[in-house]
Amino acid sequence: MSNHWLEPLGTSWGALLALLCMAAATYLCRLGGVWLMDHLPPSPRLRRALGALPGSIIISTVVPLGVMGGPAALIALVVAMLVMFKSRRDVLALAAGMVTVALLRRMGF
Amino acid sequence: MRLTLPLLPGIMVFGAAFGAGAAHKGLSLFEAMLSSGLVFAGAAQLVSLALWQDHWTFGSTLAITLVVFAVNARMILMGAALHHWFKTASPMWRWFSLYLFTDANWILGVRYHQDGGRDYGMFVGSGVLLWLVWLLVTVPGYLLGALVPDPKTLGIDLVMPIIFAVMLIPLWKGRQAAMPWLVAAVVSIVVMQLVQGYAFIVVGALAGAITGALMPEAQPDV
Repeated sequence: MSNHWLEPLGTSWGALLALLCMAAATYLCRLGGVWLMDHLPPSPRLRRALGALPGSIIISTVVPLGVMGGPAALIALVVAMLVMFKSRRDVLALAAGMVTVALLRRMGF
Repeated sequence: MRLTLPLLPGIMVFGAAFGAGAAHKGLSLFEAMLSSGLVFAGAAQLVSLALWQDHWTFGSTLAITLVVFAVNARMILMGAALHHWFKTASPMWRWFSLYLFTDANWILGVRYHQDGGRDYGMFVGSGVLLWLVWLLVTVPGYLLGALVPDPKTLGIDLVMPIIFAVMLIPLWKGRQAAMPWLVAAVVSIVVMQLVQGYAFIVVGALAGAITGALMPEAQPDV
């Protein structure tokens, strides 16, 4: 197959195909949940499951990282949540968490 | 949009780190930008670099596709969680906006929705901004390579986890509603110990959702 426009771009059919497959797999994940919910019959049980879902996703992302990610990660997460709890200002809480982790890592934690 | 801005510095360093990693791994600038523009999912892009090949076979293409799918499978659950919002959009608009769906605008959307916001444009606007920034910072990252600061020393690897943790606070609805969270926490920690990769997010979140489904109707106790 002709490669006259692929070579100047430093790529190949194989690499392009791999990138397209990666993009397709990702887009499928993006669509999948919404598509699924379009096709599941609504019920009170499903509604409760969906209600619990955002918090559960957040917990499942953050807690293992806090537990396994070393003291800097754990302390920064706790500081950010405390600041949010006290101030209810998300930007401030994010900043506090980031400053905490940067300082702790600099100190060698 | 207001909430997207504080996330941008972290996302820029993260995107530049992908560009630097791609250059190091031997991708062309064109390939790195395609990855950022088409895949547009930071963790998956970084993981894919480890599997990048000079010569592609059916097997290596399949392997990289499956790994990217596994890293991004959490988005299936995230999409389901925001479904009631997405369904207000017309089909075309929905296909387009879901392409721009990331951890960042998902969590901002959850928060926005919690506060009573219903304007779907918030999600799309945030997504477009994130996509443009993500694509653009790939270039300096690629070209400057070693000059890009290590995301770890700045704590950039924790930007999304921290913003996730912060957003948990307004979602708190009293002790009864916390049962799914407790189950999610325990299950995700156990799965993380047992299974490599990112399965802990999906399994933990599903366990939490199932717990929620099995519980009696929540009594507001605030």
